[in-house]
Amino acid sequence: MSDKASPLRQPAPPADNAALQREVAGLIVAALNLDVAAADIDVQAPLYGDGLGLDSIDILEIALVVSKQYGIQLRADSEENEQIFRSLAYLADYIAAHRTK
Amino acid sequence: MLAYRAGVPLRAGNFLADVMYVAAALPERRHVLNACVDRYRFTVAFAASLVANKVSLLPSTHTPEVIRQLTQFAPDVFCLTDDARCQIDLPRVRFPELAAAANAPPPWPPVEIEKNRLAAYVFTSGSTGTPLPHQKTWGRLVNCVRIEAQRLGLLDGRSHTLVGTVPPQHMYGFESTVLLALQSGSAFSAGRPFYPADISSELAAVPAPRMLVSTPVHLRTLLGSDVVLPELELVLSATAPLSQNLAREVEEHYATRLLEIYGSTETGQIATRRTAQTVEWRLFDGVRLFAQGESAFAEGGHVEQRTSMCDVLQITAADRFLLHGRLSDLVNIAGKRSSLAYLNHQLNAIPGVVDGAFFVREPEEASSSGVTRVAAVVVAPGLSAAELGEALRRRIDPVFMPRPLLFVDCLPRNDTGKLPHDSLRALAAAAMKRT
Repeated sequence: MSDKASPLRQPAPPADNAALQREVAGLIVAALNLDVAAADIDVQAPLYGDGLGLDSIDILEIALVVSKQYGIQLRADSEENEQIFRSLAYLADYIAAHRTK
Repeated sequence: MLAYRAGVPLRAGNFLADVMYVAAALPERRHVLNACVDRYRFTVAFAASLVANKVSLLPSTHTPEVIRQLTQFAPDVFCLTDDARCQIDLPRVRFPELAAAANAPPPWPPVEIEKNRLAAYVFTSGSTGTPLPHQKTWGRLVNCVRIEAQRLGLLDGRSHTLVGTVPPQHMYGFESTVLLALQSGSAFSAGRPFYPADISSELAAVPAPRMLVSTPVHLRTLLGSDVVLPELELVLSATAPLSQNLAREVEEHYATRLLEIYGSTETGQIATRRTAQTVEWRLFDGVRLFAQGESAFAEGGHVEQRTSMCDVLQITAADRFLLHGRLSDLVNIAGKRSSLAYLNHQLNAIPGVVDGAFFVREPEEASSSGVTRVAAVVVAPGLSAAELGEALRRRIDPVFMPRPLLFVDCLPRNDTGKLPHDSLRALAAAAMKRT
């Protein structure tokens, strides 16, 4: 995966996102019934493929949880979409920036 | 109108000109892996291949192992792609820019494709680890979707627009978006919306009457979201059985009619039902079912040859049946079918794996989405979970990745080398407790 700069990229996750990251990790683990503890998910590892190994069915499931919990409807045609699932950190940043509840 | 791309209409004349243009640009090889993501480009590529007397290969997944097996089946296969990032390890041909073709006059008279022309091979996972090819001739594909068009009520003189959440490469998407539109005077939308908000905007971008071609997974997510859909005349669902409750909710919530399709990769679709109203399936005209022992066989109509169905079917009338689930060895996740035997073969073929076995986790224990998942136990003392996961990902589709993959010291095989189901589940339960 290329390391190009993006608007979402931040040098270090802001301190107040750490709590959100843990919260989102908890939601993912609960929604998908994963066999990992929320605290064990590497916040920088990809959610697809080699990292947590999620597939597209899981991503739909997460999208539903995100819409219910934070009032965000994810869109595949938005520029950020490919970035959102690059890691838990990206997902939490996106939620922090777009949440309506 | 034949298609819409981002709301822009594409006419049948444009399509025919595009088809002839692409047909002339194809290499001299006979077998095509049509990997085009855009549904319009896929359809142009498929038709161009047909015109150029080439055969499309439609495997259910494009993992490196499946691609390797495809080259053994058809050594001259090339990949036609519209994605610059495509990494399929075959000679790759980029789908040409169509701007030039747009001004060309459509060919006249139109090209006739004879009925017995071999149009495509679809593949099912064999029990030995080698995918089994199944022939699809043009005439039978056409017969099948013409019956479907009639069944769905698309031949009422109005032009419908089809929006699909399923890829055109999958047998269901191939029949019920691409071929169905071509053979019923309907149009399809070129995109493949994924999230509920995408589905809503894709539908809103095309004219009514609209039809959504989707799956239980997408429909469940759609209902769970607060997304509002434009007027929707018909919803089609396939790939996994839909519960009567979910079907009723869809019909009520979107003031629509939902029909479910039953079929298989080998036979294509063979039956429909209005799930909110009945549990009984009605066969397509000309198709017959008969029981033999535990198995049910389909034949007649558009079915190419007598085919054993991979489900437990109870025949209730000459043209009706009930579906009671899958035969034990088969796994169907989100419309991708495999067998435990195939998955086991792939697992055990990985260097370093001493023994290993997949098993099915029931939906209630696997995930809240109601999707079946598979898990596996493996004896591989020299491999890490990451190494094994990576090796497996090259061989099998992501939906079949074991969740979890449990490392054990040995498998509880009995004297004959078999793995009793109960022992396997007990071992898995114990291993899961340890983690």
